[in-house]
Amino acid sequence: MTADALNGFHLEELPFLTQLSLRAGPGGPAAAAVETALGDPLPAPCTLTRARDADVLWLGPDEFLLLAPPGRQPYLAHELRKAIGPEFASVTDVSAQRTTLDLSGPGVTGVLARGCAIDLDPRVSPPGTCVQTLLARAGVILVVDDPGRIRLLVRPSCAPYLTDWLADASAGA
Amino acid sequence: MTAAFRLPSGGVIDRSRTTRFTFDGTAYAGHPGDTLASALLACGRHHVATSISLGRPRGILTAGPEEPCALVRVDAPYAEPMVTATTVELRDGLVAAGLAGRGRLTGAPDPARYDSVHAHCDVLVVGAGPAGLAAALTAARAGARVVLADDQPRPGGSLLGDDASPAGRWAAEAAAELAALPDVRVLTRTTAFGHYDDNLVLALQARQDPPARRVWRIRARQVVVAAGAHERPVAFGGNDRPGIMLAGAARVYLRRYGVLPGRAITVFTTNDSAYDTVRDLERAGAQVVAVLDARDGDLVTGTSGTERITSVRAVAADGSRRDIETDTLLVSGGWNPAAQLFSQARGRLRYDAGLGAFVPAGPLPAVRAAGSANGVFGLGGCLADGAGAGTRALEALARSAHPVPLPPVPREDGPRPARVLWSVPDAGGADEPAFVDLARDATVADVLRAAGAGMRSVEHVKRYTTIGTAHDQGKTSGVLAAGITAGALGTDIASLGTTTFRPPQAPVPFAALAGRDRGPLFDPVRVTALHSWHVCRGAKFENVGQWKRPWYYPRPGEDMETAVLRECRAVRTGVGLMDGSTLGKINVQGPDSAEFLDRVYTGMMSTLKTGSARYGVLCGADGMVLDDGTVTRTGTDEYLLTTTTGNAALVLDWLEEWLQTEWTGLRVHLTSVTEHWATIPLAGPRSRDVLAAVAPDLDVSNEAFGFMTSKETAVAGVPARVSRISFSGELAYEVSVVAWEAIAVWEALLKAGVAYGITPYGTEAMHVLRAEKGYPVIGQDTDGTVTPQDLGLSWAVSKKKPDFVGKRSFARADSTRPGRKQLVALLPADTGRLLPEGAALIGTPAVPAPPVPMLGHVTSSYRSAALDRTFALALVRSGRDRIGQTLYVPLDDGSVAPVTVADPVLYDKEGARRDG
Repeated sequence: MTADALNGFHLEELPFLTQLSLRAGPGGPAAAAVETALGDPLPAPCTLTRARDADVLWLGPDEFLLLAPPGRQPYLAHELRKAIGPEFASVTDVSAQRTTLDLSGPGVTGVLARGCAIDLDPRVSPPGTCVQTLLARAGVILVVDDPGRIRLLVRPSCAPYLTDWLADASAGA
Repeated sequence: MTAAFRLPSGGVIDRSRTTRFTFDGTAYAGHPGDTLASALLACGRHHVATSISLGRPRGILTAGPEEPCALVRVDAPYAEPMVTATTVELRDGLVAAGLAGRGRLTGAPDPARYDSVHAHCDVLVVGAGPAGLAAALTAARAGARVVLADDQPRPGGSLLGDDASPAGRWAAEAAAELAALPDVRVLTRTTAFGHYDDNLVLALQARQDPPARRVWRIRARQVVVAAGAHERPVAFGGNDRPGIMLAGAARVYLRRYGVLPGRAITVFTTNDSAYDTVRDLERAGAQVVAVLDARDGDLVTGTSGTERITSVRAVAADGSRRDIETDTLLVSGGWNPAAQLFSQARGRLRYDAGLGAFVPAGPLPAVRAAGSANGVFGLGGCLADGAGAGTRALEALARSAHPVPLPPVPREDGPRPARVLWSVPDAGGADEPAFVDLARDATVADVLRAAGAGMRSVEHVKRYTTIGTAHDQGKTSGVLAAGITAGALGTDIASLGTTTFRPPQAPVPFAALAGRDRGPLFDPVRVTALHSWHVCRGAKFENVGQWKRPWYYPRPGEDMETAVLRECRAVRTGVGLMDGSTLGKINVQGPDSAEFLDRVYTGMMSTLKTGSARYGVLCGADGMVLDDGTVTRTGTDEYLLTTTTGNAALVLDWLEEWLQTEWTGLRVHLTSVTEHWATIPLAGPRSRDVLAAVAPDLDVSNEAFGFMTSKETAVAGVPARVSRISFSGELAYEVSVVAWEAIAVWEALLKAGVAYGITPYGTEAMHVLRAEKGYPVIGQDTDGTVTPQDLGLSWAVSKKKPDFVGKRSFARADSTRPGRKQLVALLPADTGRLLPEGAALIGTPAVPAPPVPMLGHVTSSYRSAALDRTFALALVRSGRDRIGQTLYVPLDDGSVAPVTVADPVLYDKEGARRDG
């Protein structure tokens, strides 16, 4: 599968990103400590925040995913664990659990609409939107970076299926 | 055939172009814009199909999807096994043929594309007739996101083909304005077929060039159902002849396609609407020979004709009879609002005695009907009702609406009340059936028979007579059947009600619902980080859930049996490695992790030392084995669990359910790391040598690195977790590295193992090796009725723990009764005989007469290189007590294979090979 096979948008894999799962109860002391360490509040439901060292994605009421450039796992995990101290929270390296596909171009939302039930109209899903959903038959984390620019995080095992599906869905009107 | 019934002007067809087609082997011509039905009618052809059980000639009753009769098969340009001629758009080269009630799927490849699109809007308007256009325009001008879906090639509905009147021009302008607005999506050729929870409406769009069908999944905040109304026939003897058509349909053929239905036309009506048709027909030059108005006591009692109607028998109020020579009979028995979607949305319908129809009783918070779908008839009324529905939809969305200007319409005279007439009583002499559901050949007599047999509900009458169960869902017959039933029972149709409307309200091809999910995209194919290596190495793959796992790696000339024996031998005598990455992996963290694991596993996990691993069994609350795997303590408050490949998601959900619903106080977090880690089992007596070569920092000696312990170290320069876990009984390690390093580490292991003949092995060899050791595979050797004790895993069930999931069920009488099925091995007397998995076990060499007492069944069966024979695992009643006995396996060829029951551990009973 090559990016040439896609009509109306560009697809690029962003491999090897640092990805840390953070579990911390909202409003608790661990969350507060994490927010201090990150320099930003944890994101509200279905959004992400762009903190100094990482994008922080909301995945659930007490579940977040930190995204950072490759190789930042030891530093970030150490900083978070140091901040959390004895409080109850957990940090897990899940960098290879999902790969990241960066989709851009005018056709992106139209193609995604063929397999994703999320309303990607910018008035409904403005930049900063982050949801877990299905694209076709694969579970994805979908991040709206800009209108016409969307990141998909998908299990690497499902990535070939998903790119095949994107090629199929982008062919023809 | 010449188009003798085509008018020189009028309609939405393009007369400058000719469209050639073939029907039942005869060549015809029509124009772009025609349907198959309109083109056939233009050529004077009414008889297009045959009825399903009586074999009677059938014509074209309607002009739309409610058509019960005109079923055709399309052969070209691409096959459609069963559609109505009234919904087939004419195209050059179309080849079609009439059907006798049912189609047949073709075996030919289907060139059509099928897909699905999700759409979202503030207001969905179903139907682009006068009411729908007014609603959509009102909503769109207020800035709402609007989807307007209509089943015709262009918007307009009843105003299609009416270019002359102000209303017709208004409709064209409204359609153009809507099409140009950025927040409006106009979907033509699109039939909304189902309303589902939370205002999800599914609609099927037909597209051409290339042929395609698309299912729109429209999530709307407000829905306006402006789907119009379906005209109803009247049941009378011989009411099914070709040439008999609904009066409204004739008007559609005239206005939309410029087609006259016949030359000498008789009209039979119960209401005013047919007079619009009469007026238009006369203006177009047709001869209306008689108008029989039931309100004046004029009734049709029968018809004659072979291929087509030639005369009508009529009776007047004074009882006088006459025969009317005619080539066409137009019928109107009133109109049923097309409220199917409204009703599916749980909108209540009420019976309107004036209309003789069920109409929406009032709007729902987010779904409202408008226009004739709302029981409002007349152009002016429909326009106003549509605009009003648009306004109220906006109000429900807290948006302000401005009234849109509506066109002037001719003053509608005070209507004369309709007469509600379901069927014409047999006036004597009529010896032909009076049809209620033409699609099912079901008659008035059938309905009366149902009532006579004791049916008291329309639902029962429907099932007794099959009325309303055909492709058209009884759009022309359902209310008729209810009315006749009410008459037969002497009850009121209002209290009898209608049958329930269920989606889909129009036929939908399964292929359209499947969309892209077919062929290679049928279901996600999941592959591991090492997949490309396996492919290059020529592996054969096995499907395990959605995963592709290497099954075995045949060398040139090898069949599966040879390859698997070779792979097994390599592990038992040298060293092998496999891709175990699909194992489910769950990271457990938190101060209560140990307590949590003690509650969910049958074994004690809290006593594990950091760096140690233990085999664990998970049971359901019923005490039956759910899954198994290993538990490794990686830190004071941190564990790593493995699950079977197929149960990874199920186990995580199961554990989360306990945490989130029962033990909310436990401070534990679960994180799936299945795909973060690639796992490579390295097994065989030489595995220690291979590991030592790639893990220079690791003391691999048995003393320093004992069985069921786990170390973090560098393997081939990559940070790795290495665990001494064996699923083969051999000295073995599991090497886990971050998935993107898997290829590098795999290749380093292969390279380091060259001197020892390192051999990649697949899942089949893995299964043979584990079965030789009597290790069960959950889901293969178990089926949800098997306890750990049945599997011989009592050693993995803690006697010390006060409680864990499943513990209480072990004390149930059934869990401890004698005679439970237990896991044992079977050794066929014929050492070359491979028993079929699933085969039954009996106690006698001959199969006794049924019912055959069955003692159990074979769960796994293999050829063993190590044992130099075949063997099997089986669940056998009191199996452990039968060790040494001979049992029998009846085979497909009629023979019976004797087998000896054995302890499930067939190889290395002492466990001497575990430490190398």
